[in-house]
Amino acid sequence: MRRILVGIKRVVDYSVRVRVKPDGTGVALDGVKMSINPFDEIALEEALRMKERGEADEVVAMSIGPEEAQQQLRTALAMGADRAILVKSDTAVEPLTAAQVFTAIARAEDARLVLVGKQAIDDDANQTGQMLAALWGRPQATFASKVEVLGEVLRVTREVDAGLETLEIDLPAVVTVDLRLNEPRYVKLPDIMKAKKKPLDVKSFADYGVEPTERLKVTLYVAPATRSKGIMVKSVAELVDVLKKKGLA
Amino acid sequence: MDGHVPARLMSRRDLSFLLHEWLGVAALTARPRYADHSRETLDAALDTYERVAAECFAPHHRAADVDEPRLVNGEVKVHPAIGPALQAFSDSGLMAATQDAARGGMQLPFVVERAGMAWLFAANVGTAAYPMLTIANVNLLLAYADPALVERYVPDMLAGKVFGTMCLSEPQAGSSLSDVATRALPQPDGTYRLHGNKMWISAGDHDLSANIVHLVLAKIPAAEGALPAGTDGLSLFLVPKWLPAHGGAAAERNDVTVAGLNHKLGYRGTANCVLNFGEGRHTPQGQAGAVGWRVGAEGRGLACMFHMMNEARIGVGTGAVALGYTGYLHALHYARERRQGRPLGDRRRRELPVPLIEHADVRRMLLAQKAYVEGGLALVLYCAWLVDEAATGTEFEQDRAHQLLDLLTPIAKSWPSQWCLAANDLAIQVYGGYGYTRDFPVEQFWRDNRLNPIHEGTHGIQALDLLGRKVVQRGGFAFEALRAQVTATLDDMQRRPGWAGDTARLRKAWDALVEVTQTLIMIDDAAVRLANATPYLEAFGHVVVGWLWLEQARVTFTAKPANAADEAFYAGKQQTARWFLRWEIPKVHVWLAVLAPPDPSVLEMQDAWF
Repeated sequence: MRRILVGIKRVVDYSVRVRVKPDGTGVALDGVKMSINPFDEIALEEALRMKERGEADEVVAMSIGPEEAQQQLRTALAMGADRAILVKSDTAVEPLTAAQVFTAIARAEDARLVLVGKQAIDDDANQTGQMLAALWGRPQATFASKVEVLGEVLRVTREVDAGLETLEIDLPAVVTVDLRLNEPRYVKLPDIMKAKKKPLDVKSFADYGVEPTERLKVTLYVAPATRSKGIMVKSVAELVDVLKKKGLA
Repeated sequence: MDGHVPARLMSRRDLSFLLHEWLGVAALTARPRYADHSRETLDAALDTYERVAAECFAPHHRAADVDEPRLVNGEVKVHPAIGPALQAFSDSGLMAATQDAARGGMQLPFVVERAGMAWLFAANVGTAAYPMLTIANVNLLLAYADPALVERYVPDMLAGKVFGTMCLSEPQAGSSLSDVATRALPQPDGTYRLHGNKMWISAGDHDLSANIVHLVLAKIPAAEGALPAGTDGLSLFLVPKWLPAHGGAAAERNDVTVAGLNHKLGYRGTANCVLNFGEGRHTPQGQAGAVGWRVGAEGRGLACMFHMMNEARIGVGTGAVALGYTGYLHALHYARERRQGRPLGDRRRRELPVPLIEHADVRRMLLAQKAYVEGGLALVLYCAWLVDEAATGTEFEQDRAHQLLDLLTPIAKSWPSQWCLAANDLAIQVYGGYGYTRDFPVEQFWRDNRLNPIHEGTHGIQALDLLGRKVVQRGGFAFEALRAQVTATLDDMQRRPGWAGDTARLRKAWDALVEVTQTLIMIDDAAVRLANATPYLEAFGHVVVGWLWLEQARVTFTAKPANAADEAFYAGKQQTARWFLRWEIPKVHVWLAVLAPPDPSVLEMQDAWF
């Protein structure tokens, strides 16, 4: 069975303008719209296209999160994933914990490929995919903007600072995806009904032998400072002068 | 610059309140037709509407307004972003949302489908008009057309490959359909050949689909060639732009031509055409005349059209609400961001001016908009919910729903068209000079919305329909059904702490409406009875929406706020309900004052005196 696992994270929707809680303990999530992390949605779309091209047999969506993350997994099933796994967690999960859980699932499911977003838009950590590859002991290609299956090899075009880089890696492997890889499909209404009947397993950390530990301690959240009023300068010389005084030039 | 921002299209929180907390639509899943649904599937469907609206419809709202449809060599070209948006709409199954699963539909309740469509109207009403017409067209064909005709066109329409139109008006016959002069001549093979001119045909021609299906009202002449008089002589015909391929021959162009485009105030993305049928530009099978197939029985054309009229008019009301709603959300955002002026009495001139929303008069304008658009949304969703009741309830529920729907449809069409347009006007006012520029979208919302009091039966026609027909229908049965509903809400709210006084305002207005209605229906002379029908319509509408505001306040008493955002939401509902009862309901008495006895000023006014 050529199986693709796709990591799905439940995050605040990209269109929501988030606010820091007054006590600085986090971001206000009450009544805020939640969605699939957009990068993960691109990962799922790529997996579905591979399956449609006959390059995979099964697409499994996996998530770690609260009970409500089932909504995002149902969306993934409605998009076309065959089944889903939710590992329940009522607290935020650090990238290492996520990587440990995904590694255990990849082994248990005998995955051929794990696709995840290059980062999640809530914490922007950009770590889970890399840690997963290391823990699993398999090759990785990050920031993918093009993925081609060549038998047992994957050819991945990566977005790097200098431009594009193309790698060939052996399967099984981990690929983290970037924005330009594809445009995810919309959920079709009849598929919402079909998704209801697809299997969604709810598991615990213990089921995968992972004990989540908190290695990071968040002390305070603050909103970025509001931009202060600008000043008008009369000449380039004056501008340079001001920049020098501010230590910027 | 401030574009048409997706997060300011509609309020999902409000939709959720109305659909789930008030109407309890999840209870519909107890009905066999909706048995496979759950709250989750209904919400997931709304997610798809919201997303298609934000990502495919909203981005070209302005562009399609600026770059209007053009007529090139007799064919209409529309803005290039409209095609892909409608493709996404059809591909996501939205065209077939309410249809049977066997037809690729989701069997979505009508009320949820209308709530979903509100997102698309808010995002881009000019683009949403194409599928709106096609959906109505499909429903009509499924109800009345021969199975062969249904199978030939409906699957392609549901897939977005063929779009539909409704051709009623003619240059000389708009609201007065009895004057329709298009002729349909029966042919030996059972088809008809149509000849005539049609006016105001939205989506009448475009480059969005492989074919266009026109549903055309026309008259079949008697043997001696005379057209039957009145609306009883109207029959309905399906006339495609392209005729089906036939016996090895390729598809042939039907004799339907675009005589011109109408250049409109708003809704500019929608190509609105003058169409000529059977003028001989094309000669299918070697003969002039547009080939058509009859839909429904001879002489039943208007009945077929009117079967869809309740839904169509609720659709217009929903569009008006959506435009008012997005305007309100834009104005609200602007009022919170834009700093201007200081609080009254602040002589110290604090360093920064305050946000607009801190000025009482700006809050007045925002509160009025909130009251109009949220009240209007409650109204159209209530009526859409009645459509579901009428289709799937028990026999008693169905009958009551039909009656209430007939009575309230003129209100659902006219009230949002009037007051959500007023909301758009206030949105412009909140923006001040910027609102009057094309750099901000609120002026376009107003222009788009200005159509709604005109099409699908003008404001005046709705008033005649309500007072002349609906309130007296079946001996006033519907009016009594509404009275029972309103009275129950009044009695409930009367005993809520702090609500007796405001509830009494509505009871007084309702009693006055009942009294005026009883006086009016006793007047035999229709010209006198109906002369002031419009203030009657407006008084009726305000009382109904006042009732719906009281209903929303009622729901907040049993609500369980989960957090501070919820608490603010419910407090906002209560405050707006009070505002409506105190500021708007008194207007009812002014409108009613000219009705009983009917003030004759208008009736007696003479042409020469103007």
